[in-house]
Amino acid sequence: MERDLKESVDPALEERLRLLIDERIDAKLASIREKQPSHKKRLAVVVSKGTLEAAYPPLILATTAIALDMEAALFFTFFGLHVLKKGSAASLRFVPLGNPATPMPMPNIISALPGMTALATMMMKQTIASKQIVSIPELLDLARESGVKLWPCQMTMDMMGIERKDLIEGLEEPVGAATFLSYAADADITLFI
Amino acid sequence: MSNDMKADKVLDCKGMKCPMPIIKTKMAMATLQVGQVLEMIATDKGSKPDMAAFTQQTGHLLISMKEIDGIYTYYIRKTK
Repeated sequence: MERDLKESVDPALEERLRLLIDERIDAKLASIREKQPSHKKRLAVVVSKGTLEAAYPPLILATTAIALDMEAALFFTFFGLHVLKKGSAASLRFVPLGNPATPMPMPNIISALPGMTALATMMMKQTIASKQIVSIPELLDLARESGVKLWPCQMTMDMMGIERKDLIEGLEEPVGAATFLSYAADADITLFI
Repeated sequence: MSNDMKADKVLDCKGMKCPMPIIKTKMAMATLQVGQVLEMIATDKGSKPDMAAFTQQTGHLLISMKEIDGIYTYYIRKTK
């Protein structure tokens, strides 16, 4: 029966049907592509440290990601949250103690003396300014203006008694691990700094 | 590259360090129309590989790059 039907189909009709089906498939695929939002590449970073030198990489990478047409989000947790406190960005400190790679290495017993962190921070900031390297407050402003998602960690806020009013403006609402993971699950680049 | 390349906008990033030349370039590209050309001038050595990466990622066209005495000049055409 099937064989009879196949043999009875006019080759010209068969060819016409084939063309029609191809056309419809192409049209369908085109409409599906149009409906899909263009997927941007995505960067997701956990910011866990609150020192001057540790604040640079996440902010540089996130602002650059936006410049490269990517999406970017930073999740500020534990001491990383310090960066988002009002007045903190301009007063982050560089701690030389226990760091063997400082420009002027010194014994830990010297680095541990009162005032050494302040001195090292001052010198580091002078170097940053003299080399025309962008400051952390400038980078943070850039991040907010360019659309980097800045997520404060709610648990850290609770633990350290930090309230929303203690943090700068222009942040996302505080979130937990699940929100970050949900975002990071669709990210192309994920980092922990 | 010939000096008769005509830029629609010139961006001076001399002295700036990573990531500012790239970020300023991105901002400048946003002010251009498709097809227009940006001339970006930088002294940051890292801008050489980074401009290549920037144009690769964003899809804009790096028409040319020249380096004379530590001054890098880039011509980028906005493609979209």
